[in-house]
Amino acid sequence: MSKSRTVRIGCGAGFSSDRLEPAVDLVREGRLDAIVFECVGERTLAFGHRDRRADPARGYNPLLERRMRAILPLAREHGTKVVTNMGVANPKGAAEKTVEVARALGLKGLKVASLEGDDVSALIGPETELPEAGLRLGEVGRQLVGANAYLGAEAMRPALAAGADVLIAGRVADPSLFVAPLAEAFGWRTDDWRTLGAGTVIGHLLECSAQLTGGFFADPGYKEVKDLAHVGFPLAEVQADGSAVVTKLASAGGLVSERTVKEQLLYEVHDPAAYVTPDVVADFSTVRLAPHGQDRVAISGAGGRPRPDKLKVTVGFDGGLLAEAGISYAGPGALDRARLAGGIMRERLVHLHGSNAPLRIDLIGVSALHGSARDYPSDAQDVRLRCALRASSREEADLLLWEVEALLCCGPAGGGGYRGQITPSIITHNAFIDRGAVTPRISYYEA
Amino acid sequence: MSRPVALRELAHARAGDKGNRSSVGLFVYDARHYDLVARQVTPERLKRELGGVLKGPIRRYDLPQLGGFNFVMDDGLEGGVNQSLNLDGHGKSWSFLLLGLTVEIED
Repeated sequence: MSKSRTVRIGCGAGFSSDRLEPAVDLVREGRLDAIVFECVGERTLAFGHRDRRADPARGYNPLLERRMRAILPLAREHGTKVVTNMGVANPKGAAEKTVEVARALGLKGLKVASLEGDDVSALIGPETELPEAGLRLGEVGRQLVGANAYLGAEAMRPALAAGADVLIAGRVADPSLFVAPLAEAFGWRTDDWRTLGAGTVIGHLLECSAQLTGGFFADPGYKEVKDLAHVGFPLAEVQADGSAVVTKLASAGGLVSERTVKEQLLYEVHDPAAYVTPDVVADFSTVRLAPHGQDRVAISGAGGRPRPDKLKVTVGFDGGLLAEAGISYAGPGALDRARLAGGIMRERLVHLHGSNAPLRIDLIGVSALHGSARDYPSDAQDVRLRCALRASSREEADLLLWEVEALLCCGPAGGGGYRGQITPSIITHNAFIDRGAVTPRISYYEA
Repeated sequence: MSRPVALRELAHARAGDKGNRSSVGLFVYDARHYDLVARQVTPERLKRELGGVLKGPIRRYDLPQLGGFNFVMDDGLEGGVNQSLNLDGHGKSWSFLLLGLTVEIED
């Protein structure tokens, strides 16, 4: 790719279960040089480890096959590179599955690369410090599920330089998925901190898909979004200096405005002047936004400083089981009956059964999400009791569900709609590892 | 003459999380309201009014060229998404916790 032209890069997924058809539309109509599917979070990574342990061929994103089947023919037709972390805990397995899909589609010669080396389970041990928790790993007292370092753009670039059409990674920093193809297209140096900072801003803005284009934004009467049911995914038109215009397809629903961009610029950011990735410490505090036509916003002014010496590592532990169960009350006196039921649950679980597991009791419709922070005035007549408990054994989790279900006959009048569920949970802590101790490895495959 | 209005009338917001730390980006609709929000929506006030859930230190980063503030709230998510028993373990709704605050506006 030349250094003087505009590079067009889009986002095809902002989380593991994101929609598919906006990604298909983007590749079909967006004239993209690259599309990125960002599909790994702390929980999904831990679930990937668990899936792989159960079946060594699994451990990648469960939607990988469907996404590749829909995207690969269009990506080849339009010369669009596909970059993704859908490898999760098994990038090689994901690459092999992708090659299988490509062959079945007749995409002969498609080049696929996998990036490994983020799994650092073998490099950590009981003495590894978890500084934010103030513990050593061995002191957590829970079973280790997996440990992954965040790799950066530098680890991905050789695969793109070697001509990979599809690059499948596991744990990499989300913005780096975008920085890698941009840096490779423009020949950015790995110590050009200001430009890498600018690329990181673009990656950060795009990485949550529709959160830039009107998703997670609409607030009727205050912030209107046109055709949110068909919200499109974002793309950026990027220049060699890292300045860009972010936009969406004109045919897609949604909105790109200074407001949507501002909300996403600070999303999950702490110090805006020091956004740390493996590539750079980016400075978002100097970013300037300017309107640039319908659903188009120009981004400029980001800064950057040298990258950190250590890489962040997510260490996942078995977190036991989350048990949740609910029952609803409606009509006159609903709130009083739901409150009575909640008191009964606390009495029986704590005093009768002697449970000391963390227990929470909410009144959905009255006091739930914000219940610990403030009381809203309520005359609600349709209230759901929700009981949640973090259980250390299956028996304890089952007990919560049984007790809430038993309210059907033994609790206050008119209770209905019992549901209960038990979800395995993961607890994560951060560690840090010397960059030099981590060795990225790329493998190549051809359809 | 001043009158109370919900912060939602003057600003919009988005909440995010990392572990047990919540962050809320808050932006005024009209630059003329930036200073009054800066004066009235302080970390001390959040701690005072919402301390039941915002248990740790709160920092505010100001971005006047964007009409924005970034509130970073340690120990603000009841343990974080992997430990909290809150239905909204990510604190996605914390943006509206802030927008529900009342501010005094001069007419």
